[in-house]
Amino acid sequence: MIHFVLLISRQGKVRLTKWYSPYSQKERTKVIRELSGVILSRGPKLCNFVEWRGYKVVYKRYASLYFCMCIDQDDNELEVLEIIHHYVEILDRYFGSVCELDLIFNFHKAYYILDELLIAGELQESSKKTVARLIAAQDSLVESAKEQASSISNIIAQATK
Amino acid sequence: MEQLKTIGRELAMGSQGGFGQSKEFLDLVKSIGEARSKAEEDRIVLSEIETLKRRIVEPDIPRRKMKEYIIRLVYVEMLGHDASFGYIHAVKMTHNDNLLLKRTGYLAVTLFLNEDHDLIILIVNTIQKDLKSDNYLIVCAALNVVCKLINEETIPAVLPQVVELLGHSKEAVRKKAIMALHRFYQKSPSSVSHLVSNFRKRLCDNDPGVMGATLCPLFDLITIDVNSYKDLVVSFVSILKQIAERRLPKSYDYHQMPAPFIQIKLLKILALLGSGDKQASEHMYTVVGDIFRKCDSSSNIGNAVLYECISCVSAIYPNAKLLEAAADVIARFLKSDSHNLKYMGIDALGRLIKLSPEVAEQHQLAVIDCLEDPDDTLKRKTFELLYKMTKSSNVEVIVDRMIDYMININDNHYKTEIASRCVELAEQFAPSNHWFIQTMNRVFEHAGDLVKSKVAHNLMRLIAEGFGRRMILQIVESYLRIIGEPKLPSLFLQVICWVLGEYGTADGKFSASYVTGKLCDVADAYSNDEIVKSYAVTALMKLFVFEIAAGRKVDILPECQSLIEELSASHSTDLQQRVYELQAIIGLDAHAVECILPSDASCEDIEIDKNLSFLNDYVQQSLEKGAQPYIPESERSGMLDISNFRSQDQHEASTHGLREVQQAATVPSSSDTGSSEVKLRLDGVQKKWGRPTYSSSAASTSNSSSQNTVYEVTPVDGSSNVNSKAREASYDLKKTQVEISPEKQKLAASLFGGTSKSERRASSTGHKVPKGSSHVLKSTAGSTTDVLVEKTTPVQPPPDLLDLGEPTIKDGPSSVDPFKQLEELLDPTQLGSSANPGIVGSTSAPDIMQLYSDKPASGQSGGFMYPSSSNRSDDNLVSGLANATTDSAHNITAAAHPSQFSKGPNLKDSLEKDALVRQMGVTHQVKIPTYLKIC
Repeated sequence: MIHFVLLISRQGKVRLTKWYSPYSQKERTKVIRELSGVILSRGPKLCNFVEWRGYKVVYKRYASLYFCMCIDQDDNELEVLEIIHHYVEILDRYFGSVCELDLIFNFHKAYYILDELLIAGELQESSKKTVARLIAAQDSLVESAKEQASSISNIIAQATK
Repeated sequence: MEQLKTIGRELAMGSQGGFGQSKEFLDLVKSIGEARSKAEEDRIVLSEIETLKRRIVEPDIPRRKMKEYIIRLVYVEMLGHDASFGYIHAVKMTHNDNLLLKRTGYLAVTLFLNEDHDLIILIVNTIQKDLKSDNYLIVCAALNVVCKLINEETIPAVLPQVVELLGHSKEAVRKKAIMALHRFYQKSPSSVSHLVSNFRKRLCDNDPGVMGATLCPLFDLITIDVNSYKDLVVSFVSILKQIAERRLPKSYDYHQMPAPFIQIKLLKILALLGSGDKQASEHMYTVVGDIFRKCDSSSNIGNAVLYECISCVSAIYPNAKLLEAAADVIARFLKSDSHNLKYMGIDALGRLIKLSPEVAEQHQLAVIDCLEDPDDTLKRKTFELLYKMTKSSNVEVIVDRMIDYMININDNHYKTEIASRCVELAEQFAPSNHWFIQTMNRVFEHAGDLVKSKVAHNLMRLIAEGFGRRMILQIVESYLRIIGEPKLPSLFLQVICWVLGEYGTADGKFSASYVTGKLCDVADAYSNDEIVKSYAVTALMKLFVFEIAAGRKVDILPECQSLIEELSASHSTDLQQRVYELQAIIGLDAHAVECILPSDASCEDIEIDKNLSFLNDYVQQSLEKGAQPYIPESERSGMLDISNFRSQDQHEASTHGLREVQQAATVPSSSDTGSSEVKLRLDGVQKKWGRPTYSSSAASTSNSSSQNTVYEVTPVDGSSNVNSKAREASYDLKKTQVEISPEKQKLAASLFGGTSKSERRASSTGHKVPKGSSHVLKSTAGSTTDVLVEKTTPVQPPPDLLDLGEPTIKDGPSSVDPFKQLEELLDPTQLGSSANPGIVGSTSAPDIMQLYSDKPASGQSGGFMYPSSSNRSDDNLVSGLANATTDSAHNITAAAHPSQFSKGPNLKDSLEKDALVRQMGVTHQVKIPTYLKIC
């Protein structure tokens, strides 16, 4: 099971955090500080895995952004590495050649996408197409809801005129 | 440049207008992005929190604005600050009918709240409503929240609706409903236990996504209870086959691999189902073999699947072809340049090594490269592998390496782990007591605060029970040397103080004043550690007492005197009491102190005279003088609660009885073999072998009781011809074996020298051997034969084999035949050494068992027996048979709990294999892998 997902920039800034196991705010800060210390200082040729407090943290660097996932001892590291990549590919498709700034300004979108990919710390959907379709459906629904809302408010505005 | 890019993006976003953030928010994000230090970032965030606190409570906030505030709260919280003031607003937002706002609200609460938060109760109602919504996207959003926030108490509120959703027309909903049920199962298994059939049903869902999601809960269920799901093996295999044949929709392909994530999940499940189950495993061989062939080893995901295949192959019932394929993949991993693959290779090697130890030998250089690698992760993984392949021949190199590494790391979590591993290995495989003590000293010195106190207590017991005089003297010397070093861990000091108190002056080499001086120094230097001080005071007391008992005059050093005075006014009552006891005892005469603290008696059982019979005279006298007779409290109060006491008494009596039975069982067994002196009576053996109180210490960690018999039997029997080495290495039979073994040359050679993996098994199973049975040579010998008969019938006539038990002892020749045949299978050294016809019967009894261990072990135990065999074949018999007992006892347990023995191949299989090999007339080499199943 995945215990948490972290996105950290090379400077150690947090870009996204998702906790699937309960951690208090204090613990979260500590975990982030500890792990960014460990991961950011690792050289480029080393393994993408770090053993940490009896768990394993799998990380991968994309440009200046580190994607980290914390997993159990007996999980398959290479698989998790690919889950990260899977997520990045979906982000890439959604944003159109994603870059860190997309995630900085639209972190809530990144959360929505992550929610379609992982649920309760497990991979729920391995088809990129399905995830993309769901996200698109949500977006269009939101759009239509917005239009609806504005049209209703227009009607009200007109009615009250 | 980066700023330019930012502006560009921003403009683009502005033109899109879809994301709808205000300038204010974009500015915030930007300023955070440009913050140069953590302090600056914190300042910005804090001022943002202030702004939000003010704004969010304003009346009539437009909904759009409110949504943005919530997102800003999420942002603040993400950066590690407390946004709890806004939680309630996020909760309110979930109540909104507008989907846009509802989604934002749901997102925020899943990020803000934990499942035990008070506000959850306010959301449950909304969730219930949303789960019934016509819009599947709203249902999905609600299910996301269910997975994160529903706790044990609220499960019943949503459970019926979630179950209903399993039949929803949209696959996305079914999938999430399955995951929600999985979550419920994790939270409270009992709440969904009646719904397990739903998981099975969903496995046949038309949508691969739903099927894939169903594997998550099934994996958990199967982990707990394998047997109820054996019927699904065929389904899982057929699903895996379909995937491997690319019959799933293209959209599930990932980097040209067909649905790799589902494949991995399935392989994990198959590994569980096939473990120790030949029939189930046979279904899997073809499909796993296919995957091995089809997997694209150039992509990362291909390797992930391959790794999972290896895990599966090493978990299920062994298959030669698959193991070969797995070994090939491991070779490729280890040879790769990628550290990731090397890491996975090392891990996979650790899994496979228990089935085919020779694989490790092929890769010894690669493994050593990994051990020397600068990458810490890889290094640790390699240590884990070494830990798995440790045996008595390489324990020194491995443990030394581990300790060297341990000394240089700061990570306490890992330090603790590696320290306890060192201790475990040292206790199991220590080649000599000297090495053992040195190793323990190093571990304690560098990680003493991290190891469990149980380890220290174990060490004290080992020193007291298992070590001879000379050894103890060495320990005392080493401790007196170490004690001067600064900043020793408390636990280590406790051990040192105890040992010095108990044995510091025992050999007369060190004077009492010298040792007491050292102890006082310790008490002074660690004046804020009360436990150490109390250990030191007790040690002082013992030393003084031994002096008095020996008739010498006690001279208390001035610093000692001042310490006593200081501690008698200590805040700790425990310390005070110890000091007062000390002062009182010093004043007594030699006879009295000897009764209070007898020398070197820490391991003796204390007998308690519960009836207080020594007071009888006194009571009698008082009664004669007219005192009232004593009435027990229960009778006095009239509350008759005797039954309780009585049952307790009975219980106690019965446990005593049990212990006696155990002892009784051991006595006839040893006398059976012709040596009437041999008893497990503690006092008898004591003179030669320290203090064997094993019968009372059932939880002895490193001595299996059967080995115990072995070492006690040998010296007493062959008292005229005792192997002097054996006398020294008293605490473990294996040690004596290893002392004879030749020194290993290089690191590689020392790590991979032999393949006597069965030794490890023997020792690890030794703990589990039930005491009573393992002592009875007769019965175990009998069962050995049973196993053999069962497996070797095709070649050898059963009667001969059945004779093996007792008759062989007296009647060698009749049983020679089967062994002659077996001898072909033994390695040459063994053959040569068993040439003496007079002892064929006796030696080959253990030899049969040693077929399953490898060269060094058999060679050594052979060597171990020969010195005495030349003139005393009886002794030999005893030790030989006892040896066999160890193995066979372990053999039995191995058969009984095959799943327990993760290390080493299944003995049954190896026996089977042997039978087969013999049948086919193949010459059996010792190094042949013993797991193979001809197919």
